[in-house]
Amino acid sequence: MSSGRTPCTVAVSGLNNIDSPGPGMPVIRALRESSNLEVRIVGLSYDSLEPGLYMHDLVDKSYQIPLPSAGTEALLERLKYIQSIEQIDVLIPNFDAELHNFIRIAPLLRDSLRIKTFLPDLADFDARHKAVLFEYGQQHGVLVPKSHTVFTLMEFHRALEAYTYPVVVKGKYYDAQIAYSADEAVSAFYKISAKWGLPVLLQEHVRGTEVNVTVLGDGTGSCIGAVPMRKLYITDKGKAWAGVSIEDEALMQLSRTLIESSRWKGPCELEFMRSEEGEYYLMEMNPRFPAWVYLAFGCGQNHPEALVQMAMGHRPEPMTKYRVGHMFIRYSQDLIVPMEEFEKISTLGEL
Amino acid sequence: MKISQNIAISENGFLFNPATGDSFSTNACGKEIIRLLQEGQSQAQILEALQREFEVDQASLEKDLADFLYMLGNYRLLDANAQ
Repeated sequence: MSSGRTPCTVAVSGLNNIDSPGPGMPVIRALRESSNLEVRIVGLSYDSLEPGLYMHDLVDKSYQIPLPSAGTEALLERLKYIQSIEQIDVLIPNFDAELHNFIRIAPLLRDSLRIKTFLPDLADFDARHKAVLFEYGQQHGVLVPKSHTVFTLMEFHRALEAYTYPVVVKGKYYDAQIAYSADEAVSAFYKISAKWGLPVLLQEHVRGTEVNVTVLGDGTGSCIGAVPMRKLYITDKGKAWAGVSIEDEALMQLSRTLIESSRWKGPCELEFMRSEEGEYYLMEMNPRFPAWVYLAFGCGQNHPEALVQMAMGHRPEPMTKYRVGHMFIRYSQDLIVPMEEFEKISTLGEL
Repeated sequence: MKISQNIAISENGFLFNPATGDSFSTNACGKEIIRLLQEGQSQAQILEALQREFEVDQASLEKDLADFLYMLGNYRLLDANAQ
């Protein structure tokens, strides 16, 4: 008997459901609970210990793929092999570091392998990078803290002169430290550049409350869905372990304006700081689903489902309502895995 | 003085501010004050109502009520436009 749902195969990466979780498993859970799609899930992993590999109730088949540093040719070759076995309709990459490669090969995936994606183009992807976020904010009418990108200690010292303390010193991809003096700032520069390389970002510190929005844009200026969340518990890695959906029309309007003005295509997470004066500063724009995207589903908006529908050429209605005051709380659980499964994914690269 | 319109308070005195995501617990007396604020009563009217309900001297009640209202304001639970 037919379920009335459209069958489709979706490949998803980011199966690392660990203490700093990737978005893959929440995306898969939302797809599994879709009322419009009947999904078969192909997991794409980088490491044999990504927990999602072993969650067989959620992931039907998994394949290792080459690390982003191996380049687009290796990735394309691997996907050709995978597609010779699977019939992947849509692919959803969920790691920051892999997105550049997937955006570059997206036309080839579509034309040669008939795998659809729903990603921004490279220009849009690069435009919201944290090193140029200040200019991006100016272009789209959103406040962004003043910042400088520096490559040397001398440049860093020079840039510091334009700031009052505290300042924030950020790594190019991850990490941020607040410094209350020049000495602390220089120490943070050394630590962060040693860990994440150069450049380092020097940013004005904005005091306030962090609020995040998970958003989906259709690429033509429509915001298909948006749900705002405030973190309630943060781990020592700075990740939300619990959060609650909030009601904030000013924040929602700002998020919609940004998506409309930038014509953003695909999912993104907008990280804002609400200052003590009630102004919103965009701190980061992550070009993928956040790991807490399942909360959006819990609040009545299934963003992964809408993304798959758009990738398949449909035009879902924008979702404007969501339930306020719904929380997510993460938990950890031990999976018991026979060594044969670990052996299989480690040696054959598929499970 | 008015409590923010969208504040929800349960029978148990659990209060949720949907604008910030903050939640609080209050006792029966706090719950009563919030209920009176939601009805749009003034500080003087609330004082009068509490005096009728609780056996307490006026000076202590005035001070405790002022402290409680200050705390509500500090937690951004009062409607800034109505103050």
